[in-house]
Amino acid sequence: MAHSGINVLFEGRNLIRLFGGLWTTVEIAAVALVLGLILGVVLGVLRTFPSRLLRFVLRLYLEFFRIIPTVVLLFLFYYILPKQMGVNLPANQVATLVFALWTAAEMSDIVRGALISVPKHQRESGMAIGLSRWQLYRYVLIPQAVSLELPATINLVTRVIKTTSLLMLISVMDVINVGQQVVEANNQKYPTGVFWVYGIIFVMYFVIDYPLSWWAKRMDKKRLERANG
Amino acid sequence: MSSWQIIQQSLPLFEKGFVLTLWLSLIGIIGSIIVGLICSLLKYFQVPVLGKIAAIYVEISRNTPLLVQLFFLYYAFPVFGFKLNAEMCGIVGLIFLGGSYMAEGFNGGFDGVSKTQVETGKAIGLSRLQLARYVVFPQGFTLSVPALAANMIFLIKETSIFTVIAIPELTNTALDLIGMYYRSNEYLFMLVVGYAIILIPLSIILTILEKRVRYGSFGN
Repeated sequence: MAHSGINVLFEGRNLIRLFGGLWTTVEIAAVALVLGLILGVVLGVLRTFPSRLLRFVLRLYLEFFRIIPTVVLLFLFYYILPKQMGVNLPANQVATLVFALWTAAEMSDIVRGALISVPKHQRESGMAIGLSRWQLYRYVLIPQAVSLELPATINLVTRVIKTTSLLMLISVMDVINVGQQVVEANNQKYPTGVFWVYGIIFVMYFVIDYPLSWWAKRMDKKRLERANG
Repeated sequence: MSSWQIIQQSLPLFEKGFVLTLWLSLIGIIGSIIVGLICSLLKYFQVPVLGKIAAIYVEISRNTPLLVQLFFLYYAFPVFGFKLNAEMCGIVGLIFLGGSYMAEGFNGGFDGVSKTQVETGKAIGLSRLQLARYVVFPQGFTLSVPALAANMIFLIKETSIFTVIAIPELTNTALDLIGMYYRSNEYLFMLVVGYAIILIPLSIILTILEKRVRYGSFGN
């Protein structure tokens, strides 16, 4: 190819702009993950409490966020927050909020699953030696649950990162949105530039997600080997 | 116009979007299961070369977002003379994504068959094929059912991303209507209801399946 499209990446500030977009993406994902994972752990612990009403409400919360596609969640918050509740947030913050709430919902299910998978005799032994509920969770259940839930949590993190690709839909200037602009601005000069711009975005996502999912997979494998002998 | 009238008027459009979402999901799911099964078998039988290619495909597909895959198919490929219409792009993209998820689902099932089962099979002199046919696959498929069902729900939800390449499925229908008439409450309500009709029953079935498989292996 005479006018190799790859040069579109080195034209002007294109590459820097793309990485700037990536930074926005990573920032939103990081803040949402920190908030969401913490909230998710709390909700997950609450879901193992005996109160039926509490469990029902939290289950409803989980199912809502699990059943509605994330695209739709983004638009729901994007339109309804300002219109019905008078809350005017910039798109970045709306997205962070949606991702945090969604992460919390998914995380609560992971935490709950791990907590109820701790063998019953552990809980009963703890109660038998007179641990309070707080001590039971703090010293018996949560430490054992953490190792059970870690692979699933990492997988959730990779999912959240992949889902940040939807940010462009509510016009956040994320890496894909920047990519689109770069493509449009350079279309005349580099007709095949589109391939390289979306190509590098493809690679960016892969480079972030692959190590994480590899790690999760390895841990799962080790656990399976231990369980199956 | 009252909200009710707005909803009534939009009903035929939503019906169309609903049917298209279902239809694209169905094709995508069937394609994904076929691709996933092939990849999983290639891995299980450790087929040379093809097994490696399948493994690389799975990692690429699993670790990149559908939206970027679709952009690639829809915007980047035509530059090199490989042009598909939007709906074909959607289906190809969904199968490309779903294939790896289904492969992982099958793998998980096969790996979940306990080692004592496999070793017992070997001990009574089963060949590799017999072992797969009579010991690993029957148990492995059962174990993978919940994961496959969860993937189906995931893929149906992913079809909402088709809106970026203007396929008139549910989400696209709603966003289009909002853009034209600014009645976001009514149309978003319809959108949520549309997905709820498809996904709530499936999610209930999934819960039952998970319980049954758990009961089968742990007895509680």
